[in-house]
Amino acid sequence: MNKTNNYWKTNLKYLVVLLIIWFTVSFGFGILLADTLNQIQIAGFKLGFWFAQQGAIYIFVILIFVYIYLMNRLDQKFKNQK
Amino acid sequence: MELQYWIWIAVGLSFTLYITIAIITRASSTGEFYIAGKGVPPIANGMATAADWMSAASFISMAGIISFNGYDGSVYLMGWTGGYVLLALLLAPYLRKFGKFTVPDFIGDRYYSNLARGVAVFCALIVSFTYIAGQMRGVGVVFSRYLEVDITTGVLMGMLIVLFYAVLGGMKGITYTQVAQYCVLIFAFMLPAIFISLMVTGNVIPQIGFGSADSDGIYLLDKLDGLHRELGFHEYTSGKKSTLDIFFITAALMVGTAGLPHVIVRFFTVKKVSDARKSAGWALLFIAILYTTAPAVAVFSRTNLIETVSNKAYAKLPQWFEKWEATGLISYEDKNQDGLVQYVADPQTNELKVDADIMVLANPEIADLPNWIIAIMAAGALAAALSTAAGLLLVISSSVSHDLIKKMIKPDVSEKGELIAARLSAVGAVMLAAYFGINPPGFVAATVALAFGLAAASFFPAIVMGIFSKKMNKEGAVAGMVVGILLMLFYMTKFKFGWFGGGSENDWWFGISPEGFGSFAMLVNFVVSITISKFTPAPDSEIQRLVENIRNPDDD
Repeated sequence: MNKTNNYWKTNLKYLVVLLIIWFTVSFGFGILLADTLNQIQIAGFKLGFWFAQQGAIYIFVILIFVYIYLMNRLDQKFKNQK
Repeated sequence: MELQYWIWIAVGLSFTLYITIAIITRASSTGEFYIAGKGVPPIANGMATAADWMSAASFISMAGIISFNGYDGSVYLMGWTGGYVLLALLLAPYLRKFGKFTVPDFIGDRYYSNLARGVAVFCALIVSFTYIAGQMRGVGVVFSRYLEVDITTGVLMGMLIVLFYAVLGGMKGITYTQVAQYCVLIFAFMLPAIFISLMVTGNVIPQIGFGSADSDGIYLLDKLDGLHRELGFHEYTSGKKSTLDIFFITAALMVGTAGLPHVIVRFFTVKKVSDARKSAGWALLFIAILYTTAPAVAVFSRTNLIETVSNKAYAKLPQWFEKWEATGLISYEDKNQDGLVQYVADPQTNELKVDADIMVLANPEIADLPNWIIAIMAAGALAAALSTAAGLLLVISSSVSHDLIKKMIKPDVSEKGELIAARLSAVGAVMLAAYFGINPPGFVAATVALAFGLAAASFFPAIVMGIFSKKMNKEGAVAGMVVGILLMLFYMTKFKFGWFGGGSENDWWFGISPEGFGSFAMLVNFVVSITISKFTPAPDSEIQRLVENIRNPDDD
């Protein structure tokens, strides 16, 4: 029981961290802070605009693959403990 | 060779491929019909999900819409990709572990009530029908545009094809056809995009190309902002919607994506819980290829359009202009009789009307690409439209045959009987969808975008709380879903169709547009569910064990 609890708690911890990043890059950088970030220009891209139309999407993909990696590792650990 | 021949060859070959796949992979049991026998490898499922997800609208219209709205178009880019993060993290693995056939299955079992199941079926049907009516219309439009038949014939052709492989193949057939359709559509979208990027910026990768400078050393986006200012349009990289509305629309599209039954059900088709996570990752990667290219295409074609037409003599415009004028997608009226094209923001003096779809459709001609590429684009657009229609169709038929007939009306129906019912309801659903495709009710265009709001307002909270809270009970979940979907229906009919006294933009609650209201209705759903569950009995220990089981990763 305790092991299952630990597993679930670790999972929730991952979720919270990843979802904070998810929120920050899209709703944060891409929307709420877009005007401020647009003051910064990298190559031809204003940064806020870039996050809204490119950056957020790349980071979404990375987030899911990070979660896959973390959970596969956690699943393995959980199996070994049993 | 003549363009029309190329198109028939490309379309004919791709259709033969889909039908062959459907025959090879046809379903022989309800398990195969509903969820492909739980045997789909994650990468294949990712491709199938991507094809299922990207409709004719993503393929043809999205780049154009972004092109006309600039920054405001970001709501679609972030909204229709960010939802996959929610799916992968909050829903897919647990629903796969639960291991039944449909979304109402989960709601009905987790909330131990047929009332909850019934409400979920009702929501699934409303969401899927608003969505599929638009898809059938899209199929018809694509057929008619490329094959030069009228829209009705186009809808009927599309209907027959979908009918054939969805009814025969079920989920198993659809899945593998969608894999093929993804390959066709992504190739068809990327090829012209890469050519145009090369032509405009000298960079093969469109995603990098649209941040680079042209031959005069001016950054493309700066140039476009400048052109927009000159002509009185809103600056391309900033947009004109309020930040609050952008926030709410993006959230509604994200959460709606995660709540759409035809997307969720794709994660029931894999072998293991960990495969459900993997398929979500692959799906988003495959979707992101198109979704990060679309904004680049939008910038290239917007710049190209303005530079080609603005203040140029009408008589000297390139040939593609004339060709697309004949289709009515672009039209010119010389208001001040000077023979030049004034393309400006002010409707009084603007002389050019451009349909958003032209931005993708006319690309190959603008870039002067050979005919066979246009033919591949035709096949790609059809692949996008058909794959989405087929996926939706399956959700509708399984809602009727599994959730309604098997689980509620006639539980003793045999496996064979249920399979027949599934096929018959697929036939019925196609006919109804085709009818709406041929006689589109005025609400179709308005409601497709709102299907996301409806999904966000109804399913998402009930599923998430069903997994993450052991205390959530049937009273809370049912009340939340009912209040959520009714509130969303009320708001959209009020401001879109003028029911309940109608209203204009000034009457929007807190300045939130109907497209963004799904986020608000979702919050109300959460609040109502949680409040009511506090005052009603918690679910019994059996349900609590069910929730614990869903959270436990051990494979079944």
